[in-house]
Amino acid sequence: MESQPIALKKTLRSLLDWGTMSNYLFILPAVAMFLTFNVYPYFKVFQLSVYSWNGISGAPLFVGLENFKDILFDNPAWWASMRNALYITLLALTIQNGVALLLAWLVDRDIKGGQIYRSIFFLPPILSGIVVGLIWNWIYQGDFGLLNVMLERMGLGAYKHAWLAEPGTAITSLAVVHMWKGFGWGFIILLAGLQGIPRDLYEAARVDGASELRIFWRITVPLMIPVFILVSVLTVLGTMQLYDLVITTTRGGPGSHTEVPMKRILDEITPGSRLGYACSMGLVFGAILLVVSMLQMQISKRAKVD
Amino acid sequence: MKSKLTRVILAASVLAVPFFTGCKKDGASSSDKSVVIWHWMTDRDEALQQLATKYKEQTGNDVQFQLYAPSDVYQQKVRVGAQTSSLPDVYGILGDARDVATFVEAGHVENLTVALGDGAGSWKDSLFTEALETSFFKPGNPFSVPEGYYGVPIDVTTIPMIYNKKLFKKAGLNPDVPPATWDEFLEAGKKLKAAGVTGFTSGWGEVWLIYSLASDLAFNKMGEEKVMKTFRGEVPYTDPDWIDVFRAFENLRKAGFVDPSLVTLGNKSAEQAFASERSGMTFNGSWAVNVYAGMNPALEFAPFRVPALGNKFPQPVWGGAGSTFMVNGKSPKKAAAIEFLKWLSQKDQAAFLASSTKNLPAVKDVNVEAAPVLSEFSALMKDSIHPNRFTVSEDPRVQEVFNKGIQSILIGEKTPEQVGADVAKAKGKATRK
Repeated sequence: MESQPIALKKTLRSLLDWGTMSNYLFILPAVAMFLTFNVYPYFKVFQLSVYSWNGISGAPLFVGLENFKDILFDNPAWWASMRNALYITLLALTIQNGVALLLAWLVDRDIKGGQIYRSIFFLPPILSGIVVGLIWNWIYQGDFGLLNVMLERMGLGAYKHAWLAEPGTAITSLAVVHMWKGFGWGFIILLAGLQGIPRDLYEAARVDGASELRIFWRITVPLMIPVFILVSVLTVLGTMQLYDLVITTTRGGPGSHTEVPMKRILDEITPGSRLGYACSMGLVFGAILLVVSMLQMQISKRAKVD
Repeated sequence: MKSKLTRVILAASVLAVPFFTGCKKDGASSSDKSVVIWHWMTDRDEALQQLATKYKEQTGNDVQFQLYAPSDVYQQKVRVGAQTSSLPDVYGILGDARDVATFVEAGHVENLTVALGDGAGSWKDSLFTEALETSFFKPGNPFSVPEGYYGVPIDVTTIPMIYNKKLFKKAGLNPDVPPATWDEFLEAGKKLKAAGVTGFTSGWGEVWLIYSLASDLAFNKMGEEKVMKTFRGEVPYTDPDWIDVFRAFENLRKAGFVDPSLVTLGNKSAEQAFASERSGMTFNGSWAVNVYAGMNPALEFAPFRVPALGNKFPQPVWGGAGSTFMVNGKSPKKAAAIEFLKWLSQKDQAAFLASSTKNLPAVKDVNVEAAPVLSEFSALMKDSIHPNRFTVSEDPRVQEVFNKGIQSILIGEKTPEQVGADVAKAKGKATRK
């Protein structure tokens, strides 16, 4: 058996070998890029979060945890935006994913024209958020919007609203647009999950006389739990970071009724000129998302065990 | 050994490529001889490109106009450019005096006072004072920026009220006499509504438009000095005059003739509503002449001053430089950039730009073969106000609470007194910080 110093020498020699070195050099650009564009920005955000700085001129002023204190205890607009995002997220988790599951389940049953439905349902997610926002703006418009015109023609004029401009309807109307745009993702993932379930399980259950509802609850749902976890995590992360639709439909208004965290963060940079504060907001937001995602994973794990 | 060396050289080259391609200094461009200009003006891009071609023909020098739109995307790009020292030779800063000061302090904006010259026949003399002063820092300014001119205006803008003459006639209103007071404005709106059209629309989802109108009303109600005192923290936003300004918006809501989507409407949508004659009045800038001409060439409209809320002070109109170009203080091609801007400010170029884009030129005595209505917008310039010419700038956080507060009044969620208290609270917090 070789002694330890000799083995160490060998390892060092092989590391310093020209051939090995050049291999490392080949992967160095990728590593350098990863460090520059992924790791360094994280550290920079942490660093800037304890400073007051406009991001362009002058020396950053160290303020310690002042930014965090202000966000957590003295910034009601931030928490209002969090509440709004949470509301849309809850709707998306339940209604959007519920609809996606229902449609995926229907298409999975080999209905006629399944391929066409698949394409149609996946159309909204691939449209630009800006385009979707502009289209729905026109649909929701208070005086001459398509929705109000239709309501009027159906004799339901009493239900007309300035959907995006009234405090009572703005956030829900925005959530509807978001869910319309987003359900296609859930649909595709859930459909893939459903198609992965072996068909003979269903056939065996049917032979045993199980009803369709029982098959759904006893076979489909338990086997789909990992897919549900994935879809729900993606829904939470995607919805909480909603921005483009808000900008093209309501710009956070009326008042602060549709403000969302991403918009608040960007508003702190322009026009606010408070880059340090925006970094602190980003970290608080990231921490909240991390906690929510971890909680989701824990809950889902328990559901899986049960 | 030779193959090892080749491998090392190859690997080192692979490593070096991204680093060297990433290195770019302020003002550097794909072609080192070109003056690169960033702008956000989609409606003027074609005309600017034509002018660049003409400049090349006349002088042999290259100028590249690069368009980044919409304006908020452009704004972000300029900020990132400043943070990474990759700004072009010429660009515009979309923001108030505070933003410009930040860029000046960081050395990103050249002081053009010497280049503009002084006295009769100088470059400075050829430009409208109101437009030029939008980027002028007075001695002892609150941002400690050295006195001087930091931008060259290429056009000017006024933002008045605008009315549709045909719809006024339809509503039984005199199409040659627009409302002069806030009460008359409310009455006119009601009559338009009764005639089956929306009385008033504007893109108040873009809150800076609300701020512009509210500032006009405030200047008219309490005078410039009191407004500046408020910005300095010497007069609270709960002052009765400010409450009256907020109440004007409450009365507007109560009158019941405004576009129901007013508070979330983008300006483009509002422009469509006005151009398609669905609305009788709007609050919009002189650029709208070009926009309306594209949407509805037959539209009969005219501007009028924001109706008076008080009678002690003049009725101002929000306005000044519409678009201003800054020269990058760190650019190695500063001289060439200034030369181009001088050329762009000559009467021929200004006339071409103004005529082809139906915008008000920033250059004096320019013959504009454009819509005659432009001269009515232009006449309002002498009474214009602009935040970059204010002696004090209001904190952006206070402005946000102010604008959102007015939105809340317009949807009937808050009273003027509540909004006054909210803004005063935000002002107190901003002052403490």
